[in-house]
Amino acid sequence: MSIEDKRSRAHRALVTRVLEGDGRASRAQRRDAFDNAVLAEPLHTLISKVARQPTHITDADIATVKASLLSEDQIFEVVTCAAIGQATRQYEAALGALAEAVTDRKRTDHAS
Amino acid sequence: MRLEILNRGYGLGTKVLFAFIHAVSRQPLPDAAKLVFYRPDFYGTPMKELTHEAMRGPSAWSVADRELMAALVSKTNDCAFCIGAHTATTARAYRDEAKVAAALTDLETAPIEEPLRATLRMLRKLTRDNAVNADDMRAVLAAGVSREQIEDALAVCFAFNTTDRLADAFGFVVPGPKGFEAGAKFLLSRGYR
Repeated sequence: MSIEDKRSRAHRALVTRVLEGDGRASRAQRRDAFDNAVLAEPLHTLISKVARQPTHITDADIATVKASLLSEDQIFEVVTCAAIGQATRQYEAALGALAEAVTDRKRTDHAS
Repeated sequence: MRLEILNRGYGLGTKVLFAFIHAVSRQPLPDAAKLVFYRPDFYGTPMKELTHEAMRGPSAWSVADRELMAALVSKTNDCAFCIGAHTATTARAYRDEAKVAAALTDLETAPIEEPLRATLRMLRKLTRDNAVNADDMRAVLAAGVSREQIEDALAVCFAFNTTDRLADAFGFVVPGPKGFEAGAKFLLSRGYR
């Protein structure tokens, strides 16, 4: 197996596990957190901060979500999914940009 | 940490392992380690595998280069825990604190090779703007970086854009210099598994 295949497999295994495997949060909650979709408050504020402003997360953000009857295990899972989701969007966008650049270069090399 | 389960939710075997690591390193176990040991089948096991492959698997980049990428991504995210951990690790791997400090302070003037500089520039943009385009990739390729090297660097970037977010969300305690040094020694001798 090539390094790229091994890496892609490791990424897919991680994403598949957190989204589709057993968990305390529902699969729909984990998927919404991964996608940074619009969620009910106060979870939406926490998840969007994980994706876009992680340094702005406060004790109160976590405490408010706990008070909304999510367990700590559910919070652990949805926060983890949100972090992996944002990093995955970056990763896939960059791989797409790289594929485009490499394809253009091959086309130019053939033409010259 | 902000979730009590991440401070106390471990079985006896894991607690014994934590005590052993503490005894050997003479430092409190870093919160990054606690995170991957909590319900490891959910996140820790697959993430450790992915991170070890990115940071220690076969690559044209050295271990020191990849640790510098991790430090730069973390600096861009302003993640105090991961900046400290990977600055210490890359400085130890290069045996050159000044070079690392220069790269993290001013990438454009730092005494590093152009292919690494171009790659770090692209990773910084991807982390800061959440996107890069084909022109950004062409610039890295034009600096002499291979497609495989870019893919390797993107895997490092993925790992730390995930870990940085979790460090800030869960409120990792930021150790002092001795704690970071102990962590750097561990990461260079054992990796991320």
